Amino acid sequence: MYETLCLSALPEGESAYVTEVNAAPAMDRRLTDLGLVRGTRVTCVLRSPAGDPCAYLIRGALIALRRSDAEGITLERRAQEQPARAVAT
Amino acid sequence: MNRVALAGNPNVGKSTLFNALTGLRQHTGNWAGKTVATARGSYTYEGQEYQLIDLPGTYSLAAHSQEEAVARDFIESGQADGVVVVCDATCLERNLILVLQVLELTGKVLVCINLMDEAERLGVQVDLPALSQRLGVPVVGTAGGRQDGLEELKGAVATLVRSDVPAVPERAPAERVTLAERYADQVVRSRSAQRLRRQRRIDRLLTSKATGIPLMLLLFGLVVWLTVAGANFPSALLTELFARVGAVLEGWLANIPAWLRGLLLDGVYRVTAWVVAVMLPPMAIFFPLFTLLEDLGYLPRAAFVMDHAFQRAKTCGKQCLTMCMSLGCNACGVTGCRIIDSPRERLIAILTSSLVPCNGKFPTLIALITIFFVGGRTGLLASLEGAVLLLGTLVLGVAGTLGCSRLLSATVLKGVPSSFALELPPFRKPRVGQVIVRSMLDRTLFVLGRAVSVAAPAGAFIWLMANLTVGDASLLAHCTGFLDPFARLFGLDGVILMAFLLGWPANEIVLPVMLMAYLATGSLVEFDDLAALGALLSEHGWTWLTAVCTMLFSLFHWPCSTTCLTIYKETGSVKWTALSVVIPTALGLGLCLLVSTAARLLGLA
Repeated sequence: MYETLCLSALPEGESAYVTEVNAAPAMDRRLTDLGLVRGTRVTCVLRSPAGDPCAYLIRGALIALRRSDAEGITLERRAQEQPARAVAT
Repeated sequence: MNRVALAGNPNVGKSTLFNALTGLRQHTGNWAGKTVATARGSYTYEGQEYQLIDLPGTYSLAAHSQEEAVARDFIESGQADGVVVVCDATCLERNLILVLQVLELTGKVLVCINLMDEAERLGVQVDLPALSQRLGVPVVGTAGGRQDGLEELKGAVATLVRSDVPAVPERAPAERVTLAERYADQVVRSRSAQRLRRQRRIDRLLTSKATGIPLMLLLFGLVVWLTVAGANFPSALLTELFARVGAVLEGWLANIPAWLRGLLLDGVYRVTAWVVAVMLPPMAIFFPLFTLLEDLGYLPRAAFVMDHAFQRAKTCGKQCLTMCMSLGCNACGVTGCRIIDSPRERLIAILTSSLVPCNGKFPTLIALITIFFVGGRTGLLASLEGAVLLLGTLVLGVAGTLGCSRLLSATVLKGVPSSFALELPPFRKPRVGQVIVRSMLDRTLFVLGRAVSVAAPAGAFIWLMANLTVGDASLLAHCTGFLDPFARLFGLDGVILMAFLLGWPANEIVLPVMLMAYLATGSLVEFDDLAALGALLSEHGWTWLTAVCTMLFSLFHWPCSTTCLTIYKETGSVKWTALSVVIPTALGLGLCLLVSTAARLLGLA
């Protein structure tokens, strides 16, 4: 079994793969446009001073998402990502 | 004539490429959403004329937002003889998603991989022939900022408009993403570059809990300090120069009627000269510095750091970007609000856009700070003090924006913040020379020209008002006398309020108009520097409290006429335009009343 977590809980510097996207239709479309779909590898790169929003590396681009939006995205850590302290490219 | 559309993700250097090809000067900046309207320009290649249409940057063509609809409609309408899809080489995979989508609408596509130089520095290599083979359309590489590959691009465009490639069948969105991933895997080679790691380190420094906010204040503080410290000397030089020219003009005009001489010299010339002398130096320093920050890619980081505050105001974090645009010119800030997708949040950003002081207010603020709070001293310490106070004024403007946004969210524009995704582009080396030239020519001279064209008639008008008498006093005295009791309540006086009313077309002329009005009724006839200005103001009963209230009112009052017109155009509603006038005015008057009453009750003034 892979470990699942939501995007907002992904620690800084760690990566995981998207398994499910639960967002309002507009946001869902925007995320798809940005290439965030099932199977996409996401890395948490930056945390803003308040801890919300965070910036994630998605398909080579750095995208800031608010916690309320990141909470709807479910991830799984895959075996090769553990120990998951992958370089935050 | 051949028509070619430029499409692409936001912030891939489309506008830079457009400028390089057409020789036009679309404003560029390193953040997503810079181009909010379509620009057109043309160039000639091998005797053929090509019209370029710079479409707004979009992540998709699904027509969910205004920009997407504009881009999609244009491509689908068949008005274009070809579409150039511009991609960012440093982030090709994401960009390919849009390329694939365009290919479903038309086959007459040329893929332009821009920012090749940037990618190389970041250790990214793109195999252009391999990509072309996979996509089935030609691919060229460019570095728009350095003008590399432009000739090749023009040649490819010439071939493109004659080509006839059919569109491919539509795919499901997720299918596009998968295909983009596969292609990118096959054609992009990237090695972990030290530069990329350094960018991340800088990013962390700029956004971390401990350093993010202090560094932001420091950066903006530095820009403000350089503006305050650097503006003094050229301002004094210009004032002296204009005084000499004035003396010469006086000699030339010695033989014309005294009233006409007064109108031309004391009215038109003096006000115009003041506007130029006081406005030009701070603008000529502030605009290029700010453009450098913009070009570097810092603004989205500032928006990232500030977003939590906007979340609490229940608005969009991109409002921080539109506020930055407002710093240059409120009207630009209003147009810039188009980058905000949610109509509710966009309206809030528009209504509060004039709470950020525009460049035209800086000279007034700087002059009052220097005279009343730095005591007219010069030197490093004095300029630092001045900068801190001006930064404080800016912070107050930001606080006012957040407060009013929150209030609007709780009252007439109720709602919860919509979701948003903000791209933080890689830092780019600013093109210093280009930035200075462009910001001087495009922004500084443009804004100055507008101010001068308002200042000259305003100078004539105010002179006439000061010199035409009705009964026992001048028209001006009647007006200021009428406004005076009301203005005094708010710690101002009739002349100050009158100057703000007359300054509606351009904030830059507020201080000169004030000056003209005082000179017309005062004993001083000449003034040559800030000390003389200080003496003149004191002579007319100004205290530190008057200065504070004038600064507050300068910060928060009705938007200038251009901004009002832009707000009306953007909202299409008299009601919202009226509200955008009422909000800052009420805030300014409220604060003035509060401060002046408090100071009087406490016996401070």
